[in-house]
Amino acid sequence: MAIDMSQFYQVFFEEAGEHLATMESLLLDLDLAEPDLEQVNAIFRAAHSIKGSAGTFGFQDMAEVTHEAETLLDRVRKEETRLDEAMLDALLDAGDVLKTLLAAHVGQGEADHEGMTRVCARLRQLVAQSAGRSVAAAAAAAPEAPASAADAGAAATLKAYNVSFAMEAADAETVLDNLLDELQQLGEAMVLVRPATPDGTWHLRVTTAADREAIAELVDFAARSGTLGIDAAEDQPPADADDGSYGFFDDAPAPAQEEAYGFFEPVGEAAAPPADASYGFFEPLPEQVATAPEPAITAMAEAPKTERRQTDRRQNERRAGADAASIRVGIERVDQLVNLVGELVITQAMLTQAAGRVDPVIHERLLTGLVQLERNTRDLQESVMAIRMVPISVVFGRFPRVVRDISQKLGKQVELKLVGEGTELDKGLIEKLTDPLTHLVRNSLDHGIESPEKRTAAGKPAQGTITLSAYHRSGSIVIEVGDDGAGLNRDKILAKARERGLQVSDAMSDQEVWQLIFEAGFSTADKVTDVSGRGVGMDVVKKNIAALGGRVDIESMTGIGTRMTVRLPLTLAILDGMSVQVGEETFILPLNTVIESVQPERGMLRTMGRTRQLLQVRGEYLPMVTLADVFGIGGRAAQPEQGIVVVVESEGTKAALFVDALLGQQQVVIKSLEANYRRVPGVSGATILGDGHVAMILDVPSLVDMGRKALPEAA
Amino acid sequence: MAKTVLAIDDSASIRQMVAFTLKSSGYEVVEAVDGMDGLDKAKSKPVNLVLTDQNMPRMDGLTLIKTLRGLPQYKSTPILMLTTESSDTMKAQGRAAGATGWLVKPFDPQKLVEVVKKVIG
Repeated sequence: MAIDMSQFYQVFFEEAGEHLATMESLLLDLDLAEPDLEQVNAIFRAAHSIKGSAGTFGFQDMAEVTHEAETLLDRVRKEETRLDEAMLDALLDAGDVLKTLLAAHVGQGEADHEGMTRVCARLRQLVAQSAGRSVAAAAAAAPEAPASAADAGAAATLKAYNVSFAMEAADAETVLDNLLDELQQLGEAMVLVRPATPDGTWHLRVTTAADREAIAELVDFAARSGTLGIDAAEDQPPADADDGSYGFFDDAPAPAQEEAYGFFEPVGEAAAPPADASYGFFEPLPEQVATAPEPAITAMAEAPKTERRQTDRRQNERRAGADAASIRVGIERVDQLVNLVGELVITQAMLTQAAGRVDPVIHERLLTGLVQLERNTRDLQESVMAIRMVPISVVFGRFPRVVRDISQKLGKQVELKLVGEGTELDKGLIEKLTDPLTHLVRNSLDHGIESPEKRTAAGKPAQGTITLSAYHRSGSIVIEVGDDGAGLNRDKILAKARERGLQVSDAMSDQEVWQLIFEAGFSTADKVTDVSGRGVGMDVVKKNIAALGGRVDIESMTGIGTRMTVRLPLTLAILDGMSVQVGEETFILPLNTVIESVQPERGMLRTMGRTRQLLQVRGEYLPMVTLADVFGIGGRAAQPEQGIVVVVESEGTKAALFVDALLGQQQVVIKSLEANYRRVPGVSGATILGDGHVAMILDVPSLVDMGRKALPEAA
Repeated sequence: MAKTVLAIDDSASIRQMVAFTLKSSGYEVVEAVDGMDGLDKAKSKPVNLVLTDQNMPRMDGLTLIKTLRGLPQYKSTPILMLTTESSDTMKAQGRAAGATGWLVKPFDPQKLVEVVKKVIG
């Protein structure tokens, strides 16, 4: 029978990934001064589990690395060696290598074979060192060889035992026959003394290479508890080994250490000291030596028959169902559900709009029903959205490691505080949030937190603190990355900006100055480190966050610290929008990009070049983007003063969008235009309005870009 | 009636593989995720063979075997340990706990079926 192992790979991948994450977080959490043994055990189990499955499914590289890690961890958990910083590093390193190996098996990226060789060698070295250091470790390793020697000797030495015991009267003869059969599998067995009554004491003589426990195991099954006694009879001269009885080893490889499986035969205790005779016989050792499995089968085959009758199968199934506290569902199924609910929301909005025209007195019940429908739809929508929600701890969980590694590299002392790890947000957001947040944290570590010397000199504790916190605020999720470092240096940033030819003035507000660090290629680091400071990243951070419909704000005080605040919509599927009208079309503007709307007057308008217009709003000249022109549709408002201007902002740049009218605010369900039609410049998606019409959701960053690009440099 | 095997392992992939393999060979399989779960399942439904991992959270294999051996209905049920360790110490511990035998991980499905067949037919 050939079983296709690849069908189990997916489960293995998920499981190994989870184990690796557990390992890492537990390792980081370990207190080196006083490691919690339970924690070490859990780490060991994770490594052990990966090793077992990896080996089974043929991922030898992973099995090899986990084997080395496990050996070291085993030493630690048995308290044969003390966990130190070097071991911790090596184990974390092993975790990293395992991740690349796993990723490579999944088909993502290259396996780090060099790292694998390195980390295995390192772990072996640590194990060797720890063995040298610890007497206990050396002692634990030593008995291996003598034990197998004793094992080999045992097979050749036959010993005789006198066995005495009493049985329950019923079936005594049958039980005895079975017992003798079983004992004969061990060697020779015969009845020495039959009791007068069946429930009296029986005396048997067993001559075997097996030890007394092997006999006890068999006899205890038949013996009344507490009646079993086994004594060594006089030593028999070594006879030819009667090993034919150990049939189960036939198909196992020859050396005992390499057996893939076995059944318990005497393990190196052939010459059990007589002192042991008083010990162990009162303890039930009821195991069946499997060289005689037949009686076990009959016994078991009967047991289920009688007991199953009492057992309600359905009850068992219910129990099994109750055991499962969670289920794994493919994300596409959840997305499908979200999509359907989106449709339902639209249908419900259509119905409500249509019902606005009916007579409320005549159709009272219809209207009550619609109100109910609206409420139910909203609840359903929230519940479905909740399925996609995952706690932000998924992202936060990686930062203890990041902070540890980087602060070590930089020679800084940093404590990481996590607040609000249970805060939930959309799974899609989580995935896209990891990189930007990592960059912000790296930035804080590198530029924010000062060296211990500088901190002490400034009267601060040598250890800096980085706080990562997450919370919900009015339909948004807010994530803050704060540090108690030096704060941003206004003069330095301004100087750097001038150097790079950016338009800056000393009159700029702090907020505006801080936003400069999000410019492409901007870095104020005195020297480029390999942590950050190459000036790539902060602009990307801002772009990525903006792509999620969020924004990044910075607060900073010299000497006190810096706080970067990321605000994101809770979900990517629903958008708070402002609907505007242009001609016959309705467009949706994401509400978080809208700053204000103004009724333009003729005097506010300046014409630049041939066609471009600038609008002066509160002293600022903003490029005007006329939506009717962008989309080639006829707007009703031909003159600016007939329409309205919506001031929007993207990445710190503003633009004035000229529209015919504002329609109002509403939540819309985002539909991908790209997936259903094709990419359209200036449009990020589509939605279906309450009246059934399709409205385009405007891509504000690209509209702002259109406005900026058309402007000459001097603007 | 098909014989029932209780497969206990904290690794879902191993569990799935064992279950699939044994089911393909005509056994009924009950799965449990750790010693504690295994004990509950063993109590709720009699089985013909117990296959258990050693290293598991909540209750390890050895403790489970000892506990099962303390139950009248499991006094003689064959119990095989699935273990990555095959040292004599491990075997001695397994034996002392009351296991019937051991099967070293990693193992392939054929080997598993072969061993199970030897024990319960």
